[in-house]
Formats: sequence, structure tokens, C-alpha cells
Amino acid sequence: MLNHIWLWMIILSILIAGGSDLYSELTREPSKPAVKTEQQVQAENSGDQEKAGKQKPAGRNLNKETKMGQITSAAMDAAGLAVKISIGLIGIMALWLGIMRVAEHSGAINVLAKIVQPITKRLFPGIPSEHPAVGAMVMNIAANMMGLSNAATPLGLKAMEEMDKLNPKKGEATDDMITFLVINTSAITIPATAIAIRASMGSANPQQIIVPGIMAATVATIVGVTTVKTIQYFANKKKKTEKA
Amino acid sequence: MSAFKLILDWMSILAIPLIIFAFLGYGYIKKVKIYEVFVEGAKEGFDVGVKIIPYLVAMLVAIAMFRASGALYVLTWVLSPVTNFIGMPSEMLPMAFMRPLSGSGSLGVMTELMQTHGVDSLIGFMASTMYGSTETTFYVVAVYFGSVNIYKTRYALPAGLLADAAGLITAVYVCRLVF
Repeated sequence: MLNHIWLWMIILSILIAGGSDLYSELTREPSKPAVKTEQQVQAENSGDQEKAGKQKPAGRNLNKETKMGQITSAAMDAAGLAVKISIGLIGIMALWLGIMRVAEHSGAINVLAKIVQPITKRLFPGIPSEHPAVGAMVMNIAANMMGLSNAATPLGLKAMEEMDKLNPKKGEATDDMITFLVINTSAITIPATAIAIRASMGSANPQQIIVPGIMAATVATIVGVTTVKTIQYFANKKKKTEKA
Repeated sequence: MSAFKLILDWMSILAIPLIIFAFLGYGYIKKVKIYEVFVEGAKEGFDVGVKIIPYLVAMLVAIAMFRASGALYVLTWVLSPVTNFIGMPSEMLPMAFMRPLSGSGSLGVMTELMQTHGVDSLIGFMASTMYGSTETTFYVVAVYFGSVNIYKTRYALPAGLLADAAGLITAVYVCRLVF
């Protein structure tokens, strides 16, 4: 599924960028710069690189003016940004993984897991109820609810790591992982960033969005969990009939 | 409301120190060798950070190209009859599409909408509610699954996006009711 979505996002971007460039080239007033570009193109086509290179500064900056140029530089920048984000995560990740390891050794995670056991047993049938994954998930969801995204991501990744230990097919997501992810993405939370921006822009009542936000997130969570559970129910049913 | 805000502010300031205090304190009582165990756990931080790089590159590049190409506006144009039908202002569509794709992108859309239409307008209200009510689904899928080297995500993304759509539509209706 992700294969298709990913592929089509890229293909559509290139097609749409190409289309809009073509449209703007065709409708553009034939002015001085256009002639220069034509010369430039001709020069490039004839393999006369020196001439093309010389005329570039005089012509249009195609890299910035065209959509094609924009998507190219956007792609390059994003690749760099991805590494920056990942590297930036290492420090916070190490901090929380260290604290979680202490919590694991002391048994605090198990205590947490026991408290929420009645809920997690139903939501995540594939995870033994005192497994460390449960503790990490609870911590992640709690951090999300309080709007502590710095803490939430490392704790969520810890939960994924623990769940992956139970994964029979490495490289493929388990049902429980997907359930956790859907709960996570539709996180019921106090929208701290949005409130702060509303306040900074002079809203009369910046906190007004808390209740609607929580209601929307609750509906999202209910729909997400229902979808996931329905898919899992039918998949399991199919498996059972295949066995029988 | 201001007392409520005060409690919220303090809660978010105190939460992390209290969690750290509670876990380390409990560890001390249970006679865990705290420093040694902490360092041992923290070692894994580097691996996780490096592991997610390819997944995050793939995802962020596709999203950046999608945003830069103007595909969002084509989608907005194609889908505006549908959203008019369900009572969603067409100004909200870029927000609705951007939210699951990019956190900083949707923050930009939200700020822009609030600037042009006013913070306390219906559109400003809806935009900030939408921003606050869901997560950046594509990013979460890339990072969470990437950290354990999972590339077969099965039905995770469609389910997450369906949940997002439900949340966004709810935000529209609740905002209309409250406003």
C-alpha cells in the first residue's frame, strides 16, 4: 500500500510540475529572456557546453522559476533535512532509552503495564499483558496527551522495539503495531502549539480549541481503532477457515 | 479559564522532571545500579537515529516534491465540490491535506489562514482545531516503522488516514456548532 502511495506522490508531483511548467511556457509573453533561453537550449542540444554555460547567468534562473526546478531542490533539501532530524533525535532518544531501561530494571514498567492491563489485553491481543511493550506504550500515550512530543517519540519507538521482539515476520508490521500506530497518530492531546500560536496572534480566546480538538481526536481514534479491528477480525476469520 | 491555563502550563513544565524523578527514584529504592543501567540503555539511541534515516529520507523527499509541485492545489480544485457538499469551506482543504503530510507545512498553512481570515474567524478556529487534533501520520509511519526496519506497513497508512479524515470532518462540524 505504502509502495503505491509513495510512488504516486512522486509521479504525480513530476507530472503536475511538468504540466504547469509547460502551460506557463506556452502562455508566457515572448520577451527578451525567452529568446535567451531558446538560445541556451539550442546551445545545450548542440553539445556546446561552453556557450550554454556562458549564457546561463544572462538567462532566467530556471531552477527557481520553474516548478521542475523547485521540486528538484525541494527533494534535495528534504533528503538533507531527513538526516538532520534523525541525527537530532539521537540525543533525546538516548536520554529516554536510558531512563526507560532503568524503569525496566526496577520493575516500574511492569507496574504500569499491570494497571492498564484490562484495556491493553483487548486492544493488543498479541502482546502478553506484562510485556515491557505495554509499559512503553502507556508512557508514550500519556506523553502524547500532555503534548510532550519530545518525550513521546522516543517512548513510542521504545514500544515499537519491544513489539518487534514479538514479531514473527521481521520487516512486516504486526496487527498490534498498526493498532498502536493508529492510536498514536490520532492522538488525543492538549494542542499546546496551536494554542500558543493563537495567543501570539492576538486571539481573544486561544484555549477555545481545546474541547473541539479533543472531540475531533476522539472521533478519529474511535474510527481508527474500529477500522483496524475490523480488518484484523476479517483477516483472522479468513486464516481460521483456511486452517479448517 | 485562566486558572485552567495555569494548571496546563504547570503540568507541561512539571511532567518531564516528575517522570524522571519517579523512575530514577523507584530504581534507587529497588537497588538498580542506575548510572550503569542508564548508559547501557542510552547506547541504543544512536542505532535508532541511524536506522530511521533511509525511511525518513524516502518519506520527506516524496512529501517535499508533492508540496513544491503544486499538486496540493490541483487536489483542492478537484475535491472542492465534495467538500462544499459536506459543508467544509474550501479554504480548509490545503490544511486538511497538509496535516497528515507535514507538521511544519501545516503550521505554515494554519498561520497563513489565521492571518488572512483572522484568528477568531470561523476559518482560523477550524484551522487551529485541525492542527491540534491530529498527528503527522506520514512522518509517524516512517519514523515508527523505520526504527524497527519495517518496510511492509500493510494497512497502517490507509487506516491512519481514514482516522485523520474522520477527525478533520468532526473538527469542521464541531467548530460550526461552537462558533
